[in-house]
Amino acid sequence: MPTATRPGPPPALGAGGRLPRGLHPLAWWAWALGLLVAASRTTNPLLLGLLLGCLAVVVAARRPDAEWAGAFSAALRLGAIVIVTRTLLQVVLGAPVGLHPAFTLPEVALPDWMAGVRLGGLVTWESALVGLCEGLRLAVMIACVGAANSLTPPSRLLRSVPAALYEVGVAVVVALTFAPHLLADARRVSAARRLRGHDEGRVAAFVRSSGPVLDGGLERSIQLAAAMDSRGYGRSGLVTPAERHAQAALVLAGFAGVLIGMYGLFDAAAPRVLGWPMLAGGVLLAALGLRAAGRRSPRTAYRPDPWRWPEWLTAGAGASVAITYLSWSQTALLLPTTPLTWPELILGPALAVLVATGPAVWTPPLPSSGDRP
Amino acid sequence: MTGGVRFEHVSVTYEGADRPTLLGVDLEIPEGELVLVVGETGSGKSTLLRCLNGLVPHFTGGTLSGRVTVAGRDTRTNPPRELADVVGMVGQDPMAGFVAEIVEDELAYGMECLGIEPETMRRRVEETLDLLGLADLRQRALTSLSGGQRQRVAIGAALTSHPRILVLDEPTSALDPGAAEEVLAALQRLVHDLGMTVVLAEHRLERVVQYADQVLVVSDGRVRSGTPATMMAGAPVAPPVVELGRLAGWDPLPLSVRDARRAAGPLRARLRALPPPGDPGPEASGSEPDETHADDQAGRVRLRAVRAGYRSVPVLRSVDLNVDPGEVLALMGRNGAGKSTLLATMAGLRAPDAGTVRMGGADPRKLVGHALLSTVGLVPQEPADLLYATSVGRECGDADASARASVGTAAGILSALAPGIDASRHPRDLSEGQRLALALAVVLAAGPGILLLDEPTRGLDYGAKRRLIDFLHTLRRAGHTVVLATHDVELVAEVATRVAVIADGEIVADGATGSVVRSSPLFAPQVAKILTPEPWLTVGQVAHALAGSM
Repeated sequence: MPTATRPGPPPALGAGGRLPRGLHPLAWWAWALGLLVAASRTTNPLLLGLLLGCLAVVVAARRPDAEWAGAFSAALRLGAIVIVTRTLLQVVLGAPVGLHPAFTLPEVALPDWMAGVRLGGLVTWESALVGLCEGLRLAVMIACVGAANSLTPPSRLLRSVPAALYEVGVAVVVALTFAPHLLADARRVSAARRLRGHDEGRVAAFVRSSGPVLDGGLERSIQLAAAMDSRGYGRSGLVTPAERHAQAALVLAGFAGVLIGMYGLFDAAAPRVLGWPMLAGGVLLAALGLRAAGRRSPRTAYRPDPWRWPEWLTAGAGASVAITYLSWSQTALLLPTTPLTWPELILGPALAVLVATGPAVWTPPLPSSGDRP
Repeated sequence: MTGGVRFEHVSVTYEGADRPTLLGVDLEIPEGELVLVVGETGSGKSTLLRCLNGLVPHFTGGTLSGRVTVAGRDTRTNPPRELADVVGMVGQDPMAGFVAEIVEDELAYGMECLGIEPETMRRRVEETLDLLGLADLRQRALTSLSGGQRQRVAIGAALTSHPRILVLDEPTSALDPGAAEEVLAALQRLVHDLGMTVVLAEHRLERVVQYADQVLVVSDGRVRSGTPATMMAGAPVAPPVVELGRLAGWDPLPLSVRDARRAAGPLRARLRALPPPGDPGPEASGSEPDETHADDQAGRVRLRAVRAGYRSVPVLRSVDLNVDPGEVLALMGRNGAGKSTLLATMAGLRAPDAGTVRMGGADPRKLVGHALLSTVGLVPQEPADLLYATSVGRECGDADASARASVGTAAGILSALAPGIDASRHPRDLSEGQRLALALAVVLAAGPGILLLDEPTRGLDYGAKRRLIDFLHTLRRAGHTVVLATHDVELVAEVATRVAVIADGEIVADGATGSVVRSSPLFAPQVAKILTPEPWLTVGQVAHALAGSM
């Protein structure tokens, strides 16, 4: 076989002389989750707007030219629906707060056993605003996930999953790609429907084509499973069943510890010992189990993503935003509705968001399409 | 560890089946052989291949009796994943087996599972990219590749693990002649340079048989094996080169064009004295399109400066094409040249970005329902896309209804094309050939003047292909217009009156079949290669000419 020293142009250097490459997917997820935590703490529309702007700037700067990169705009569209729904629900179902009546909806009289639930009636500007801001908060949180998906494909995240969790990860990714494949099939089948001369309504068409589409999807899943089995997916390697069970028990115990620890932290009534000590113990156990299993796993990684200073900075930026918002007093971050006041731009949290926009600048430039994404 | 395979009294019975799929198979495949598995659809060929890496019975279920030993390991105790380092498997539909998103990661996937060192992986990926000519595609998304490119990636992905045995199920059926030759050349290199054992199933014998060391013929679950020459001498189906050899009585029977050409001197001399064959459709070819008879436009295809593309990538640049009733036009060209796009545009599935499309005088985009059905019918590359009913009978009934044809029209066409299909069967359970026949029947029920076929012989065995060819001849004689996109040069030689070659979105050659295919080394059928410069294309023509001279 010929060896692979293909002469080619030297890789183009990006701005600042850095080699173009994709950022480590975990760094993007850490960053996006940090912003998500921050967004979950505030209903201040100015801060939420800043967070959304930050996401948009970074996505615009570092989004690869690929099919899945549309996830961010899809998340924005979903967010818009969420805002509208949340506001409507607040207006129709929520108790009126504040002093500024906007209009009155016809109120539906509900039976006694539904006391406490209100349908219609007086609507105040305040309650509409509360609904709007709550909706905005949800929308920004969705946008965070959309941004992460848009910056890095889910299957690349899989490459960074600990070896012990790899097989679970594959199952998840295959399930995730099932939906897009199904959509592509549906499109093909509905195109073919035209060839059969069917011009019935959308619903009838959907019912008619859903059978073959689902059949096809199922068949392909089975073929994929056969192919993966043939290529060595799930090889046991040198691990004995006893070892494997021990590792699994370690990991499961660790995760249970983490869950109990979280519960202890967030529930004020829980005993102190259930909080940090349990969490730390759980993390330690899980890490040990994963490490042991990872070392025994026969899998190796092809061209693993490097973790260098841009990754540290990006993940750090996400963490710092999250910490800032978590440590700031929540009353200051919530939009005051009684009395209704103009939202205030709080300096600390606003600066934190500005820092979180940094990845648009300090991450390495993207390779041009055709190179590594 | 050797790379041989041994079957000892192997029988396979699937659950619920009333008879075994494989019955008492005894065979031995020595290391470093290229073994060709032939047999009709449903003969147990795929089951035989899947026994090689333990998919049967570990994955498919069923009962396997006897013993299969692969590279010294018994498949009874080794499931497919534990055999992954010795057996590489390439399935029929490469896309269905892809795990990764981009080419490079897909090539590395198997090695990652086997735990191969990162440096070794890096090197092998590069070697494989070069071996299969994939270097330019390394970062491409798998979904964006053409059929041939996907097939090569699937082979590459199996090769990177350096298996001792490579098993392929119809590796060239989706490929254009050029790509098929590339893949076969790569396989041959693996056998000769690396001593790899290659087992492949293929319907297009003409592409493979000359490379094979051993041929396994599977029929009704029984397997006979022998050298290609002995197996071909008595085989009911054979590539044209063998059929010509039998017709001319050559001994030893040639398997490759080269051997046949050496033996063909006397035959060429004899044929030179005979009148050359007419094209399959002499009454139609060469007739000038007559634009004046506006009322007589049924069945006419008129394309003017058609441009089409996906997103920013142009697929068709500027296509002008006329096809008239009684013509069978074959669209040829490499994978991804734009054949399928052109057919989809002609069927009104997609609007051209520029230019006009007139099918039977009308714009197919504007036709719906019955008007479209009676004008143009397209059988897509995946005939199953057209089918949605739960039984063959219902499918035919539905087709009659939407075609406003009398009850039984579609079923009648179906029984002419593929006799003996039980009307209660589910379309999914049919063989490739039967499914194609059903899709054809469904489309033809409305009696479209223009019939478009996308890769109709993909996955067809010789019998099904023969019936399709006869049926297309009938359609042509009945005055239908047929346009088919295909890679199958032998099919083209048999049925096409005209050939258009598409390259890079433009029609680069258009003319009578004989003149176009004979001038191209890639598209020439085997008989033409053997007999050139004499103008014969098929064994049938030669037999006819010889019979006439006696």
